[in-house]
Amino acid sequence: MSEKIKNYRGEALKSADIKEGRVPTEKCRPKAKFAWSAGIAIGRFLEELKKAKIIASTCSKCGRIMVPPRIYCENCFKPTDGWKYVKDTGTINTYSVSYLAADATRLKEPILVAIIDLDGASEGMGIIHKLGEVDKEKIEFGMKVRAVWKPKEERVGSITDIKYFKPVKEETP
Amino acid sequence: MFGKKRVAIVGAGLTLFRRRLKETGKELSYEASKMALDAAGMELGDMQSVVMGTAPDAFDGVHMKGEYLADGAGAYRKPYTRVFVGGGTGVFTPLAGWWHVASGQFDSCLVVAEEKMSSCYPHPQFAFTTIFDPILERPLGMNLIWIFALEMHRYMHKHGIKKEDIARVSVKNKGNALDHPCAQLGAKITVEDVLNSEIMAWPVQRLDVSPTSDGASALVLVSEDVAKEVTDNPVWIDGAGWCIDSTHWTNRDLYYPDYVECAARMAYKMAGIKNPPKEIDVAEPYDPFDYKELHHMEGLLLCKKGEAAKLTAEGVTQRDGDLPINPSGGLLGVGNPIAAAGLMKVCEIFWQLRGEAGKRQIPGDPRTGLAQAWGDLMQYGSVIVLRR
Amino acid sequence: MSEVAIVGVGCVGFQPILPELSYKELMYEAAVKAYDDAGVDPRKDIDVFVTCAEDYLEGFSIFDEFVPDQLGAVLRHLFTVSGDGLLGLANAYMLIKTGHFDTVVLEAHSKASDLLTLMDVIAFALDPVLNRPLGGHPYYVAGMEMNRYLHDTCTTVEQCAQVVVKNKKNACGNPYAAYGANITLDQVLCSDMCFYPLKKLEISTPADGCVVMVLASEKVAEKLTDKPVWVKGVGWCTETPNLETRDWSKAVDTRLAAEMAYKTAKIHNPRKEIDLAEVNDLFAYKELQHMEALKLCAYGEAGKLTEEGVTARNGELPVNPSGGLLGMGYGLEASGTEKLLEVVLQLRGEAGRRQVSNVEVGLAHAWRGIPTTTGIAAVLSNVK
Repeated sequence: MSEKIKNYRGEALKSADIKEGRVPTEKCRPKAKFAWSAGIAIGRFLEELKKAKIIASTCSKCGRIMVPPRIYCENCFKPTDGWKYVKDTGTINTYSVSYLAADATRLKEPILVAIIDLDGASEGMGIIHKLGEVDKEKIEFGMKVRAVWKPKEERVGSITDIKYFKPVKEETP
Repeated sequence: MFGKKRVAIVGAGLTLFRRRLKETGKELSYEASKMALDAAGMELGDMQSVVMGTAPDAFDGVHMKGEYLADGAGAYRKPYTRVFVGGGTGVFTPLAGWWHVASGQFDSCLVVAEEKMSSCYPHPQFAFTTIFDPILERPLGMNLIWIFALEMHRYMHKHGIKKEDIARVSVKNKGNALDHPCAQLGAKITVEDVLNSEIMAWPVQRLDVSPTSDGASALVLVSEDVAKEVTDNPVWIDGAGWCIDSTHWTNRDLYYPDYVECAARMAYKMAGIKNPPKEIDVAEPYDPFDYKELHHMEGLLLCKKGEAAKLTAEGVTQRDGDLPINPSGGLLGVGNPIAAAGLMKVCEIFWQLRGEAGKRQIPGDPRTGLAQAWGDLMQYGSVIVLRR
Repeated sequence: MSEVAIVGVGCVGFQPILPELSYKELMYEAAVKAYDDAGVDPRKDIDVFVTCAEDYLEGFSIFDEFVPDQLGAVLRHLFTVSGDGLLGLANAYMLIKTGHFDTVVLEAHSKASDLLTLMDVIAFALDPVLNRPLGGHPYYVAGMEMNRYLHDTCTTVEQCAQVVVKNKKNACGNPYAAYGANITLDQVLCSDMCFYPLKKLEISTPADGCVVMVLASEKVAEKLTDKPVWVKGVGWCTETPNLETRDWSKAVDTRLAAEMAYKTAKIHNPRKEIDLAEVNDLFAYKELQHMEALKLCAYGEAGKLTEEGVTARNGELPVNPSGGLLGMGYGLEASGTEKLLEVVLQLRGEAGRRQVSNVEVGLAHAWRGIPTTTGIAAVLSNVK
């Protein structure tokens, strides 16, 4: 590689070259609009969220209680057999403290994001959501959390019907 | 391998990797392809088929960008396929090239990977917001870095690995990249530099992360008969492996990449490799983030689960170590034009096995190497095993 | 080298809209049918899965992520071809030909109804600097091509319109077709002029649907089924993305693809040796242009043959007995697999009311639509 070729092709530009118009550019924003059918499984899931409930689907072959629900078990490749409510509590599987918004701009107040393994679902069945009412320094792996729901009139059948999850104190047996 | 056709790599090409290049995607594809053809001593007319690898259309800002790039990649009036497996694309593309030739359908295949991330303006991050499930994930305002942060954190927690153990990967790769003529971010840095860099999404910090880049890379693949005619020094594709895990990434334990292991086993089986750490002389696992190199070394069965950080600390993965990992400088050092970066890794193994890696050449007499890429939602593994 | 056969097919749709199913559920339903048809368990019996999709048609960057579960491909060997389903077939075919793999699943689908701005997305495929800024509906490209084609070949607008009449009628007999209808030549000719000389009824309407197929090597195919449909040859080609330099009259991509497929399949006289053809008819004139490029007739002859009824279902050379895209609906990247499905069903003798008699060799053809020049052709046979 190195001996044979003296010049590797490519001319680097700086951000300012574009901003200040030193190189010609053409700008365009795509008009791509979508309306996805939620389908049977996620459709039901969203309807239940509106009622402040979390529903899973079950597979009689492998015995898994799966959330988010699906109409087929991807492991057994057969239709799922039933529906089962799971709790709106769970444990933190992993988490992050994000100083970046979706568009990569920097946030003053970080977003706390976590995978939450829901109680009542099979082991490791997590969903991704945000954490709230918690000091970012005090979040721990395995911490128990509970969903904080929007009030009934604000729930529309969306994952954001859950505002966030907040820590729960260990209940005494 | 009796009755099955072998496929050789006889040329490789690479453009500079930079945050923003003046060349269009087509022009970059051309430059990399031309260099690969020149290196092989062949011409476009010798190429019977073309395979393109390039990641989301949202970067270049063109729907069906495979079609758009076709003439730049030398596909004018040729059989042409674009394959796409997210970040796994760069290593997957030569696998597709491999079956074009191994099937007996063609005697040659030009393999091209391109990425022009800077066209997504002002920041390529915008393209990443649409990799998530539109109903369950996008409403949360997902950021790409989150999923890495969640995975990295889980990996650290499960094995008790510290940030400084991981930062050594960044130090090593950026250092290696100083010797790479195309590198975007070669640098001499310290573990402290990494630990003191800006926090993006804890535990991910600025220097844990590869940059966004423009660039292209290319390979020339030929059948055994053609290889004998054009070179005394072919490098053979002896193992091809790929695997995808469930879309439900939040239902999996992210501490270990099962899909990488599955892909590696497929490739090792094809290549007849029984003891990977012994039989692999040099490896280029995917390192868009520093922890990913460790994660992937484990998935590739190059070491035990949780052991990669220790090997890194001991210097085993340095260029002069027992198991050189990312001698090119990887994505952390050379840059990360997604698909082109994956293919850059395959180019590096090709050059290492031919003894043509210049200042980056690893000592000894490497005969077997591998490159691996990762992609999708913590989900995809693609692996190629090369032999001299 | 092993021969390659199609041993199972499954299809859901095509319908103008399938709102009750998500794209995942749609794919699942089609996959279950195909696996039942082939008698395989995807969790154990399938070596490789190929899916065919384009990001902007799905509304995702990296659609590959959302594919494995519903196909039974979790922790299995799956990948995406960013192309038409028939290009997926080409790759599945090559995989089996390497001798390393015995079974490959092919999937392609359309959830066009999820995409609210299909034409804007298609316009987004135009060259971003030279063409896109000119604006306008992207199908003006088809209008320009049709005009040149008619000019060069003296094909008439009536002959183009006849394609629509034939295909929509054929679709009436196809349970997988979304837009079957008995219409008259006048209705087509009097439909709105959209992109001169292209009229409204000459343009295929998008539809939702999914096709899944199971392919196998010779030794596995013969164990699985007594009705294998053999893939005798596949060819594909991209001419050029540039509007400025392409051949506007001859569908060069399709000609080169056909030559490659015929060479492998040892077809020397396509007109004589091919018993039925499913060719891309995204726009009515395209069926004619493609017939010529596929060497099913001489250049400029397809219109006349259509007028004479040669390409009718009971004609000497049935073309698009399925109803084509004009009748079945435009299935985006599944367009090629709509064609493939029909050829397989015909060669198995399972095409019901549409069955063409005495068929041994069929041709499936795809073109990727505006603004591409990518054509794919596959020759299939029920005789090894």
